[in-house]
Amino acid sequence: MSDENNAKSMSLIVTKGTLDWAYPPFILATTAAAMGLDVTMFFTFYGLTLLKKDLDLKVNPLGNASMEMPMGGMHIAMPNLLAAMPGMTSLTTTMMKNLIKKNGVASIEELRELAIEADVKMIACQMTMDLFDYKREDMIDGPSVGGAASWVEVATKSDINLYI
Amino acid sequence: MADAQLDAKGLNCPLPILRAKKALKELPTGGTLEILATDPGAVKDFEAFCRTTGNELVSSATDGKVFTFVIKHTS
Repeated sequence: MSDENNAKSMSLIVTKGTLDWAYPPFILATTAAAMGLDVTMFFTFYGLTLLKKDLDLKVNPLGNASMEMPMGGMHIAMPNLLAAMPGMTSLTTTMMKNLIKKNGVASIEELRELAIEADVKMIACQMTMDLFDYKREDMIDGPSVGGAASWVEVATKSDINLYI
Repeated sequence: MADAQLDAKGLNCPLPILRAKKALKELPTGGTLEILATDPGAVKDFEAFCRTTGNELVSSATDGKVFTFVIKHTS
């Protein structure tokens, strides 16, 4: 396939590690790779959690004013007072995971695996690893560890650069 | 009749595209892949996929709920 030599490329900075925000970077990275682009993902701050071997991603309803869960033919938004109650994060996480399954949406684990299969390059932010005391062995094999300059080098040569 | 078939029914974005890419890779140049999908977004997405990758979208059809695409592995 000539697309293996396609010069187009994309880089993404992944800064968020919740179940909902894990989707945009992995969807775009896998799709771009499937369309022949060279893709690099730079995981920093909370995004770094997406490289852990065991993912336990959650979606938090607190302060999330535009989060509306479909329920009984309606859309239910959760007031902050309720969202702050114990157990609400795991409740919304369960609901979100059920919706994901019901709608044939891939899991983050699956998308991450597909990204690795498609040779998406991943860089784990060294500074964040130090800051949050993440061990290299807690994370999946594959990603290299680097800093801001590693991303800048990639970004200067990329056609698309995204910050998510 | 296409050389290979991919059933992507029930799968949502971006899985039909990702599975199709994998299946196309297995095909020799000139081979055709028929994809069945139920994701309405796949219609525009397969057009964009083919324009970008250079593969040929031979046909795109629907019989109500199921969309059928035929892609020729040309690039």
